This record gives sequence, structure tokens and C-alpha cells, in this order.
Amino acid sequence: MDYAKHWRQKAARYRLEGQRHRTSGEVRFPPQSPTLAEDANEWEPFNLSGQGELYSFSVIRQAPLGYDQNTPYPVALVKLAEGPLITAQLTDCTEADLSIGQPVEMVTRRLKDTGGKDGLLIYGYKFRPLLNP
Amino acid sequence: MMQPNRPVGIIGYGAYVPRYRIAGKEIARMWSDGQGGVPVSAKSVPGPDEDTITMSIEAGRHALRRAGISAEELRAVWVGSESHPYSVKPSGTLVSEALGTTPWISAADWEFACKAGSEALTAGIGMVGSGMANYILAIGADTAQGRPGDALEATASAGAGALILGPADQALARIEGAISYVTDTPDFFRRADRPYPVHGHRFTGEPAYFHHVRSATARLLEGLGRSAKDFTYAVFHQPNVKFPQTMAKQFGFTDAQIEPGLLSPQIGNTYSAIALMGLCATLDVAKPGDTILVASYGSGAGSDAYALVVTDALLERRKRAPLLAAYLERQVFVDYAIYVKWRNELVIE
Amino acid sequence: MKNVFIIGVGATPVGEHYPRGLVDLALESMRGALKASPFSPKDLGALYVANALGETLAGQAQLGAVLASAAGLQGIEAVRVEAAGASGGLALRQGLQSIQSGAYDLVMVTGVEKATDKFDTAIEAGQALALESDSEAELGVTLTSQWAMLMRRYMHEYGYAVEAFAPFPVNAHANGSKNPGALYRFPIKADKYRSASQIASPLNMFDCSTLADGAATVILASESLAHELGGRKVRIAGSAVATDTLALNQRQDLLWLTAAQQSTSKALKQAHLKLTDINVLDITDPHSITAALVLEACGFVERGKAPSYAAEGGISLTGPTPLATAGGYKSRGDVGGATGVYQVVEVVRQLWGEAGATQVQGAKVGFTQCLGGVGTTAVSHLLVAS
Repeated sequence: MDYAKHWRQKAARYRLEGQRHRTSGEVRFPPQSPTLAEDANEWEPFNLSGQGELYSFSVIRQAPLGYDQNTPYPVALVKLAEGPLITAQLTDCTEADLSIGQPVEMVTRRLKDTGGKDGLLIYGYKFRPLLNP
Repeated sequence: MMQPNRPVGIIGYGAYVPRYRIAGKEIARMWSDGQGGVPVSAKSVPGPDEDTITMSIEAGRHALRRAGISAEELRAVWVGSESHPYSVKPSGTLVSEALGTTPWISAADWEFACKAGSEALTAGIGMVGSGMANYILAIGADTAQGRPGDALEATASAGAGALILGPADQALARIEGAISYVTDTPDFFRRADRPYPVHGHRFTGEPAYFHHVRSATARLLEGLGRSAKDFTYAVFHQPNVKFPQTMAKQFGFTDAQIEPGLLSPQIGNTYSAIALMGLCATLDVAKPGDTILVASYGSGAGSDAYALVVTDALLERRKRAPLLAAYLERQVFVDYAIYVKWRNELVIE
Repeated sequence: MKNVFIIGVGATPVGEHYPRGLVDLALESMRGALKASPFSPKDLGALYVANALGETLAGQAQLGAVLASAAGLQGIEAVRVEAAGASGGLALRQGLQSIQSGAYDLVMVTGVEKATDKFDTAIEAGQALALESDSEAELGVTLTSQWAMLMRRYMHEYGYAVEAFAPFPVNAHANGSKNPGALYRFPIKADKYRSASQIASPLNMFDCSTLADGAATVILASESLAHELGGRKVRIAGSAVATDTLALNQRQDLLWLTAAQQSTSKALKQAHLKLTDINVLDITDPHSITAALVLEACGFVERGKAPSYAAEGGISLTGPTPLATAGGYKSRGDVGGATGVYQVVEVVRQLWGEAGATQVQGAKVGFTQCLGGVGTTAVSHLLVAS
């Protein structure tokens, strides 16, 4: 289910492809449709480095359907090196490993099994504490 | 011995090991009341969000960083594994998208039990060596399966090794020759749609692993006119600790020669990945001019052997990505219950 | 702004109403609201239904027509309004505008949510629909975890420990324990707050509301009709909506609920009132951090001061800004899209002096504000006793 919904986001999900403004250099993520005031040509695709630091985080113990067998799992707001904030799961860590301001790096992991033995596997970005701190 | 028309070498490499481990003694506690020895002291365990695809991506990113080429310059991304997440739907396309190599690229999955990764490597030597491509990425990755209680459970582990091949003049290690030796030998197999492989117990030894690895290695040495003492290092496939040590000894390799690439004592057998990872770990410590022999093994059965010589380029490129040792250091042990939960072996209906 | 009056209110108890369906609950609240007024259902010009999760949790769309026909009002204009947790305030505003436009003289606004036909994981998924789908909810992020991340950041910025937030739920439960229509009618102790089990850290069970079933209705009348009628009523003196990004990560200042601030100041301006004129409030307070950020964004409390303000009694029945007089989201219960209407029912009762054990003495001006998502939609109303 929802094959196309996930497929069309693959550049952002798999390799953090966002957008950069051609003149101001501003970077944004996730990529957005231009607002009514913007010209679509003002923004170009731009791959973010995946380096950032924790702005805040929470460990979820009461999860929605589809994620309930993964609890507890941490989620975070990460301030990316290029400026934008991104919302993502954290991986390879527990709550005790985390603190605000800590550097983290992007990895590509399995986000979700869309269910059953015939489900599509959804992959995308997560962040983890630095491998080489 | 096989050599391409145009000399080929490794221009980038990367490895990946999951953060988690289970102790051999913890598995033994489940099935033998802790009695008897364990084949490896610990094995790597993939986290609940990891599989062959995710590990391939991380190892591939390190290899690209070391190679210093842009992703679009690759002409093939080939993933060898016996634990592809899908039976039909390539791991290679997803890994390619994540690395940013799509769409003008060949992407495919390879299967030959534990030597699927080295098969991709051999094919890549041909592709670059023929001039059809300048750069290709060959990956071996596995989250290996072992039936609970079976001997394989003690060693079947997870990891990935990735090698980018290119023209030898850009190489951090030039490939001097390659050989493949295969026969139809049913030492270990998994039928389609079955979750766990079965194996022929002691039949997996002499007629299978030893015969094939010995044959390939011997022919390669003969082709190059060399013996064990002419190599700085050697890497043999590692279903456990004993087999590669025995094989090395038969050829006259010392413990010191195989030590850097012998990963099974710490992380178990990463199947399609282990020979490539052993090479990565060896490159992590090698010096320019060092020579390395690598021999993989895949059940069914066959062995691919390679001879390499390290160039000056290694020293600078090695620093561009994490060493395998960084992954070995971050180990977090889990108990058997967590292991079973993460392996989806806990039945929740 | 043309004057519009609330002339009747009704609400069911908030609870786990397993024997009763969505329609049954809505009808009970409608009967309650009509009981006090001299009108019969056929005098109504339109029905505005507030509901957040009808499709997901109750398996029903087109709730305007569903409730109009169940009420025997086939033929009238009926519409369902959805803006997650802000649905109730938004439906009230639709009703208000329909009268101000001259289209109708008498309309009914009913908020209803039927949550308990589904279990926890489905409810959690339903609430996550208020987040940005692709970049938040699909990644496993929950609405509660969003507030939790704001709480952790707030603690970091202003130097509070978790227990500093206890006064909010303690106050809510103290009031809700006296409300016969509350979901959780028991007080809680501050010393238990720290050790409660985690839902989404640092938010624990004592600081997370529960989504439950209920319905609330208000009847709105034009000025001419209300004067003709005489009797007690409440004037809607201000009404304003503002919106913000769904995704938290798209905001410039995450600890500032811009939409809450904007809708409050617009409503005050319309009403020619000041914050200090307000005697009683009902705001969105599923978690203490939500109440704190709302108090600060609206201007009641200086930034970074809300937990100390609550500890000093600012939110108690005798404080300057009595909060959660019926128990708030935490004790009365979170009724999803109906909550905004429950808020109005409670404030009207306060202004009529009918709030019983939690009556704020002499309350003349009340303020309600409901939020959808993490302050993505904010609807504010100022109500004045008349």
C-alpha cells in the first residue's frame, strides 16, 4: 500500500536531498513545492551532509499502529549543519546516551514494514550519535 | 589465473559492523546449559532497523568517500548476499539510489552463498578491465540466518564490505590476479522460501571449504609463482575461527599474516561480507608495497582468490572514512531474548 | 462585529462510553442545549459539527448530514468542520459567521468524538494525523512526542527540572475531581508526578491526557432573536483563527506558539478587551508544557516563567488566570474535535455562575482557545456575561 507515496520521496528519504536557493544560498529540508510567492526555478536540488546536533529528543513508549512493536524508540529534532531542523528517529542509542547539543550523523535505515509478509519495506534517514566522536 | 586486459585495482573501500553483539556463551546458555566450547566469543547482531540494504549503503558511502569519485561516475552497484530483504526486488537499486548513482548504472544482486560478494568483485574486475566501465562498486553484505539451536546460530552474523574498482593507476591496491574454482558440492543450502539454511555437518569441512579454498589458493600462487612468504597478509573466508587458521597453516601462512583480517573471533561469520571485510580490515593497517592474498568461500561450492599489492595512495585515502576497528569498539551486548525479538523469531500474531 | 449570543449549552460526561455510539452522544448534548431554550429543533437554520477523527476512529464521514438526519432535521444546512483539536472552536466560529452574515438567526454547534471503538495504537495514529504526514508522522513521530521535545527544550533553555511542571496536572485533577462529567475524577499528588511511567520522555503518564468519548453543543442566536428571547445569555465578544506550519521543524522559534498569539491578539482587539479583563480560561492543556507555552504566547505570563507562575498559584481558582476549571484535557478528558465546544460550555457555565465547586467568583469575561496539532491551528474566543 502507498507504494507511490513513499517512492516519490526517495531522494529526500534515502540521501537527504533538500533544496538550495540559487541566489541566497538558503537550504531547506524537506524539499517543498514553491509557495505562491516563489518561482519554482529559484530552488535547486541539494544534498545535505547529514551532520547535525540534537535540538531536542523524546523516547516514545506509546506508539502508533505500525510502530508499536519497535518501542521504546527515540525521536529527535536535529539542527543540520546547513541550517534546517529535521525531525527523525534516532538509532543505535538509548536515552542515557543522549543530550541536547550532541553531534549526530545521518544513516539510512529501515523505517517501517508496511505490514504482513507482503508488505513493502520503507527505508529512510535516521540519525545516530557519531561513530567516531 | 585470470587477469584483465587493462590492469585494475581497488580505489576505495569501506566496511560496516552493527553496534550489537551476542556472546557465544549466551547462545550456549540457551541450548547446551553453557557446556562445551564456543566457536566464536561473540557475533554481531543487526539492530531492528538494519538489513543487507542498510549495511550496504553505509559501507558503500565509506568506499565512495575513500575513492574520492562522485557517485555518478560509478557504472555498476552490485550487492552480493544470501539475505537480500526481498526475494524479488533488487537490493542494488535501493543502494544505488541512496548512494546517488542512479539512474545510468547497472545494479544487480548476486547470490553464491558466502561468496556472492567476491563474485561481484570478479565480475567488476572484468568490467573495469575490459574498459566498459571506469568504476564499479562491489558489495558483500549479510544478516545471516541460523536456525535457533543449530550450530550455525553460534556464528551467523551481520556486516558489510564494499570495494570500488577502477583503473590500476588510480588504485590504493592493485589486483595482480584472480581465480575462481567451483564444483557442485551440496555442503550447505537453503531452499526457496525457507527461513534457515541446512548444512552437511562435517561434510562442510574437507570436501567443501578446504578443498575449494585450497584449490583456488594453490592455483593462484602457482600462477604468480609465489608462496605464502611472498605475502604480507592473507585473508581466508571465516565460517569460524579454526577453518581459516587451519587453511593458513597448510599454506605456511603465519598467525601474524592472517591476524589483521581475522574478524570471526570478535564478530562471527558475516557470510558474503566476511572476505571483503577481512580485506578492508587488512587495508586499515597495511603499508604501501604490502601484498595481500584473499580467498573467499561459498557453499555449493566455490572459492575466489585474489592477489593484491598496496600502493602509496592507501595512506591518505584510508583517513577519509572510519576504520573497521571503530565499529568493533562500539559493541553493545544483548541477551538472547532481545536477539530473538530483533530477529523476528518471536511469534507475535 | 455583529453581536451573536450563546443561549444554550449541553454536554455529555466525558468517558469510555462503550454502550453508546457517536450519534447517541451527539443527540444527548443537543437535547441538553435545547432544553433551556424556548426553541424547537425546527427553528434551527444550520448545524455545524466539530469532529476530528470520525473517519479514522468512528468509521463515519459526512457527519453534518449524519447528525442532521439523526436529529430529525433533514433538509437543513449541515457541515462537519475539521482542524484536529481545533475543530470545536472552528465550528463555533463557522456558526458565529453564519449568523453575522445574516444567513441565519439560530444555529447549533455540536462537537462530538467517538474514540473508544479503537484501541491505543489506532488512537495514537489518529492523533498523529495532525502532524505533517511525510516528514513527521510517517517516521513514527507522535503528537505527544512533539510536545515532549518542546518540553525538553524548554527545560534546557530555562533550567527547569521535570517536577517543576507538576502544578499543571495537579491543578487540573483538583478541579476535575469535583466535576461529575470528568473522565478522571480523582486528585493526583505532586510527589507521584516524578515517578510516573514515561509515555514519551520527558512526558509521563501524569502529564498526558487521554482521548475519550463525548459530545457538547451550544446554541447560537442573532442579537434580535436573543433580545426577543430575554433570559440569560453570553455574548461572543471576539473570535479569531490563526494558522502555523504543521511541521515543527519548519518554525523559526519552536517555543513560541505563533498562531496562539495571533488568534488571541486578534480576538482581544475585536472585543476591545485586555488580557487582564479575563477572569476565567479554558485552553488546550493535554500536557503541562502545552499550557505553559499557551500562557506565554497569549501574553498572560512572561516567556520562561509559566512553571513558576503555576507553582505560585497563578492558575488556581483564585489566581489571576484560573485554568482547567472543569479538569482540563488531563482530568475532564481530551474529547478530540469536541474539546473546543466543551471549553465553551464550561466557560459559559462559569459566566452564568453555574460551575458549582469550581466556580470562579465573579467571572464576567471568559477566554477559550483550542489548538489543532502542535499549535498549528489556533482558535480563540472571548465570551462576556450578558
